[in-house]
Amino acid sequence: MEHYITAPFGTEITTDLHCGDMVYISGIIYTARDAAHKRMKETLDSHKDLPFDIHNNLIYYMGPSPARPGRPIGSAGPTTASRMDFYAPELLDLGLVGMIGKGKRTKEVQEAIVRNKAVYFAAIGGAGALLSKSIKSAEVIAYDDLGTEAIRKLTVENFPCIVVIDSEGNNLYETAIKEYCEL
Amino acid sequence: MLRELDVSLITSTIRDLCIKVTHELSADMISAIHDASEYEKSELGRKILCQLKENLDIAKSDNIPICQDTGMAVIFMEIGQDIHFVGGNLNDAINEGVRKGYTEGYLRKSVVSDPLIRKNTNDNTPAIIHQSIVPGDKVKITLAPKGFGSENMSRVFMLKPAQGIDGVKDAVLTAVKDAGPNACPPMVVGVGIGGDFEKCAILAKKALTREVGSHSEIDYVKDLEVELLKKINKLGIGPAGLGGSTTALAVNVETFATHIAGLPVAVNICCHVNRHESVIL
Repeated sequence: MEHYITAPFGTEITTDLHCGDMVYISGIIYTARDAAHKRMKETLDSHKDLPFDIHNNLIYYMGPSPARPGRPIGSAGPTTASRMDFYAPELLDLGLVGMIGKGKRTKEVQEAIVRNKAVYFAAIGGAGALLSKSIKSAEVIAYDDLGTEAIRKLTVENFPCIVVIDSEGNNLYETAIKEYCEL
Repeated sequence: MLRELDVSLITSTIRDLCIKVTHELSADMISAIHDASEYEKSELGRKILCQLKENLDIAKSDNIPICQDTGMAVIFMEIGQDIHFVGGNLNDAINEGVRKGYTEGYLRKSVVSDPLIRKNTNDNTPAIIHQSIVPGDKVKITLAPKGFGSENMSRVFMLKPAQGIDGVKDAVLTAVKDAGPNACPPMVVGVGIGGDFEKCAILAKKALTREVGSHSEIDYVKDLEVELLKKINKLGIGPAGLGGSTTALAVNVETFATHIAGLPVAVNICCHVNRHESVIL
């Protein structure tokens, strides 16, 4: 099934998304990867506010290559999500509605997705040039000193991804592989 | 007779290589992805492979890196023993080439100066440099910027000699299976067998720079490459790990002598953005 959705969104949207669905996201999403997550965790531990309201928002695990003059962004594909597994459950419990990345997640993340009726999308890894076409603007909103790892607010238009873990905990990486495994 | 070679030529060559390989894959990789897009069994898999082809076209025409992870610059240098480098320090010249390539080419700076303090060097230096001295008066430079999505899924196995070739096959299949979607399949699998702990890892990395579709000149190694590719593509992982019959595009195996007590095996996994190019000066 195909869905065209606008971010931010809430559980009324996520509960309608199922493992294997193609989703085209428009609206606002935020980037954060390893170093930004470490800082967000430190911020939460010291009882301060995160640099953006994560309630109903999406985090894209991505650190772009630099933009050439006149362009909003450089190459911009997903990074491996598992490195953020340590941080994801706490953010999901605080209202993060979904994550875009690539690769497997831990049981703890999957449980937090189900508990909060959230969603995990995969974008095609290594297709950073193609994916950059769906990013219309990018603005660093926090941790500028982290360079590519700074938090960016992106405006996206029909950003393509696939539902890998849905709000019921179905996991496409597990089911799709079984279908083609011949060993 | 010693041939003098100014290191500024090394700098400019490496600068240009950094920009070229991050924007354009070699012909063997392009045709391997194209072929896979035709024989992949899964419909979604074929669609993904077509998107990867489109991604390559956009990278070239729009002058934007194929993947945002433009890697850590790995450089193999075979240096003729009759060369005398002039004009500066060779390793400084190599790193200057990387600095210029990554800065002037709008490539991502992905290197931190210390593994635990983790401050970005902001110019993607230092490079990982493997130098060897060979006969002659030429220098062969191979640049292979390595992304870490796949690097993180690479493994070294210190097998026992009794485990033999079946142990090697199990090790490779285990590494690929564990890598799954994380390593951005379809992947290229570099395998180093023999040597010692670090030698097998360097062999595995070097194997990734060998042309996709080429085979070892050693008969049993060639057979091993063919068999492993077939088995890997039966794992079901598929393009982007979303199921299918194209999990790897090639398995390249390199071997070296080893100790009577050991059978080291390294599996260096590379994503479909397997970037490498060589220049002889």
